[in-house]
Amino acid sequence: MKNQSVKNNIDWISVFIYIALVTLGWLNIYSSSLLSTDGTYQKQLIFICCTIPLIFVVLFVDGKFYEKYASIIFGVALLSLAGLFLFGKTIAGQRCWYAIGSFTLQPSEFAKAATSLALAKYLSDTQINLKETNRQIQALAIMLLPVLLILPQPDPGSALIYSAFILVLYREGLPSWYVWTGFITIILFVLTLVLEPYAVIIMAFVVLAIIHFKGRAVDRNIILSGILLILISGFVFSVDYVFDNVFKQHHRDRFNILLGKTVDMKGIGYNTNQSEIAIGSGGWIGKGFLEGTQTKGGFVPEQHTDYIFTTVGEEWGFAGSFVVILLFVSLLLRVIYLAERQKTKFSRVYGYCVAAILFIHFFVNIAMVIGIFPTIGVPLPFFSYGGSGLWGFTILLFIFLKMDANKVNEW
Amino acid sequence: MRKVLLPTIIIIAASLLVIRIFYLQIIDDSFKLKSENNAIKKVYDYPERGYIYDRNGKLLVANQASYDIMVIPREIKKDLNIDEFCALLNITPEEYHKRVAKAKVYSPRLPSVFLSQLNKNEFAAFQEKIRKYEGFYFQKRSLRDYEVDYGANIFGFITQVNEKLIAQNPYYNSGDLIGKQGVEQSYEEILRGIKGVKYIQKDKYNREIGPYKEGKYDTIAVAGEDINLTIDAELQKYGEELMINKRGGIVAIEPKTGEILSLITAPSYDPGILVGRQRSKNYTLLYNDSIAKPLYDRGLLAEYPPGSPFKILTGLVALQEGVIDEEKFSVSCHHGFSYARGRFMRCHCSGGQLQLHRGIYQSCNTYFATAYMRTINKYTKPGAAVDIWSNHVKSFGLGQFMGYDLPTGKRGNIPTSKTYKRIYPNGGWRSTAIVSNAIGQGEVLMTPIQLANMMATIANQGYYYTPHIIKKIEGEKIDPKFTTKHVTTIDQKYFTPIISGLFDVYNRGTAYSLRVEGIDICGKTGTAENFAKINGKRTQLKDHSIFVAFAPKDNPKIAIAVMIENGGFGATVAGPIASLMIEKYLRKKITRTDLEIRVLNKSLAAEYAKVAPPNPASIIESVPKDSVLRAKIIVPKPVVPKPEAKKTAVDTTKKN
Repeated sequence: MKNQSVKNNIDWISVFIYIALVTLGWLNIYSSSLLSTDGTYQKQLIFICCTIPLIFVVLFVDGKFYEKYASIIFGVALLSLAGLFLFGKTIAGQRCWYAIGSFTLQPSEFAKAATSLALAKYLSDTQINLKETNRQIQALAIMLLPVLLILPQPDPGSALIYSAFILVLYREGLPSWYVWTGFITIILFVLTLVLEPYAVIIMAFVVLAIIHFKGRAVDRNIILSGILLILISGFVFSVDYVFDNVFKQHHRDRFNILLGKTVDMKGIGYNTNQSEIAIGSGGWIGKGFLEGTQTKGGFVPEQHTDYIFTTVGEEWGFAGSFVVILLFVSLLLRVIYLAERQKTKFSRVYGYCVAAILFIHFFVNIAMVIGIFPTIGVPLPFFSYGGSGLWGFTILLFIFLKMDANKVNEW
Repeated sequence: MRKVLLPTIIIIAASLLVIRIFYLQIIDDSFKLKSENNAIKKVYDYPERGYIYDRNGKLLVANQASYDIMVIPREIKKDLNIDEFCALLNITPEEYHKRVAKAKVYSPRLPSVFLSQLNKNEFAAFQEKIRKYEGFYFQKRSLRDYEVDYGANIFGFITQVNEKLIAQNPYYNSGDLIGKQGVEQSYEEILRGIKGVKYIQKDKYNREIGPYKEGKYDTIAVAGEDINLTIDAELQKYGEELMINKRGGIVAIEPKTGEILSLITAPSYDPGILVGRQRSKNYTLLYNDSIAKPLYDRGLLAEYPPGSPFKILTGLVALQEGVIDEEKFSVSCHHGFSYARGRFMRCHCSGGQLQLHRGIYQSCNTYFATAYMRTINKYTKPGAAVDIWSNHVKSFGLGQFMGYDLPTGKRGNIPTSKTYKRIYPNGGWRSTAIVSNAIGQGEVLMTPIQLANMMATIANQGYYYTPHIIKKIEGEKIDPKFTTKHVTTIDQKYFTPIISGLFDVYNRGTAYSLRVEGIDICGKTGTAENFAKINGKRTQLKDHSIFVAFAPKDNPKIAIAVMIENGGFGATVAGPIASLMIEKYLRKKITRTDLEIRVLNKSLAAEYAKVAPPNPASIIESVPKDSVLRAKIIVPKPVVPKPEAKKTAVDTTKKN
């Protein structure tokens, strides 16, 4: 009976997009690792096969289970992250993996789903009002706990993902100045790196002055504007200081390459340069499946993992890139649409978390590959090579699809 | 509102990505090229260059194997016996270390050229032991092998393409070889063939990982075609021998076909010195010799007022215009001609009453100046008259590029009314002002090949074929423009009296001493005044010696023009050379050995030294080395002792 209901009620559109993305992902991994001898595409095929029982388990678990045990799942996730400091395996300087024989597992990939559940559970309490500062702090604490455990691994890419939850909190009533502050901070940060600090402060002054004199009379608060200017100046100078004195050289290089300040294409700019060449040489329809010269030659580092989109760009061209982006956007909007029609706050919040996390992966990854975001290790969901990532995203998505399929039964 | 934020951000962000990808893939097209440079290596297969033969099938230019020693620095064994290795290659250990270091800078993992263009002998000793030296291997290349040591100006040479040409012509890549000057340049596309190309996929370490797209785009090399030149090798060689210690040009043409039988410039050089390891050193020496100019093809480029030979045309035009005739019209000459108040043109003829015939063989200035003035004065407007005269003369191929198949040339000059409009902007000029044209001075300029072609046209009595040097291309027709008859504006009947006059130049005139028994030669002497700046002062130098001829008188087989710089009167140097060349070509042997010895021993070195001391390059300005005639030459003492060190530049490998 239950089986019947899942089959009838599951959102097949999302499932089909999921299948399409995983299939396309594997084809591109196949192409990019065809000439390597370490069995990359074979392994990925095994990972993909493993998702089938995983999906069945996720779908057959009672719908209430996730809400009931959200806190416990979150606790286990935090413990597994903390355990890395004791039992973790270090690969390329990062202590992010548990090794079981030759097989490795990255707990941070699963922690995203766990944190989403925890956040949904916390916010689903009808008593919670995010206008209250206390609640804001508690919500942010749930968000930041895993970040504190992930950052020292160090894995800034995974940590960055958690900023996506701000968008979820906003949907659930977080005051809008959080979001605005976030935006302005990002803009100021980039401007400070591109321009001189003083120029940024003068610009801020001019903008504030315009808002002050052109805005509505009730908004004219000279003290508030003054405080804002001081805050901005402080931020600008601290960014300048942090960039020059706290950041390590390779961090600075990543920003400098992005901003066009450095053009060392053999050294630090190699990744971005090569991935731009691979994508840029694709043209309208690409060089054809298995015909990518850059892909075959292995010019793009980490092509089967974080840079998998370069294979899409080179071999399938603009047409293929556009289709992949369209698939992602469709999936994201579909998930948001489904989330909005959830009957319970818990599943709505969780659905938002799924959309926000998938979105930030999707955007940061492709933006990095095409050279408009600094180099940072964020995989492309369902595409990039790796079992933990694929399974993490699959669990994340299918828990929500299960909730969605279950909504009729909740009455 | 809160529901809208996330979808909005998603759509904006996705649009941003699409725009950026659109920019990378569609708008900015630089990545395609970068990607090819990155990942696809083109390996070329160079076909062998076509051989060059003379008109009788004698092989002149072939190819030789040459060897580049390549090195992969990382693979050199530590226990390599450097001294033994260097001894085999004839280099010093210092040089060895320098070259290995240089290769290492390029790449320790990839092959680079260690030593280039070793010839067979240099390579032979090394070849036996090359297996001992890990990290070293060789690459075979094909270089020109000159079977003769003359004709350098005809062949041209092979050199690496320059950046400019690579940008213009997509066929060539950096390091490719291309023919420069001579037939190597004119027939580059025929001689070189088409190189084949293999596309090879590389990986990021620049290693080859297999053919690109299973060799779908690979092409097979097409071998270069052999060509036969119109040159007669024996005549060419003989001409170069005669030019020893002289500067100038000789052009001989077969009148019936326009085929260039020989094209000689002196000084010249052994074409073999521009091959192999000494190439660039030698070329620099030749190039820097701005006095003797061994790279300057005087036969094609030296423009001079032709002097007396031009009187032939003056006579022909006057006959055609009906202002003179063969019998009735005569001129009285008193050692010169007073053509205007205070203007006097001196004449060396024996004077008295002259008709056309004696006018020619005694080269009477008065006669031809009068004939010319009558031609111009026939028309009321001198401008129109000059243009009519000019068109007649130009129908002999003068005053324009002739369209022959060698890459250099000069137009020469035949004045028109425009010329005089420029010189006399206010008009008012009459035939007297331009009378120097009558005797081949004034504004008239001609190159030796134009002179030779003029003689060929006269020999043919009114037509010529564009001179050309290509006789046969294997499997291809030669350019039809070389088999198209050009007919002059002069009626055939007017040539007969002129030819008879030219015949008597030998029998009774200025070339009497140059007769060759049994061969009826028609010829004409000439001199061209010339000047040079010596110590900043314009000084008149000894005249250039000019001689034009064709033979035999009936059924002509060869037309020739000889120009010797500062040779003096036409009959002293240029004339004997013309006679000897004609006899050599028609009879294959020389009866006028007295003339031959005189010419061979005639050295104008002292004359040339007046302008500038000999240049170091004159050492390598070669004369045919296997010449049996060399014995007959009394080697003149060099005016300035030549520095010993300069000799090292000459590649001696060929002589051994």
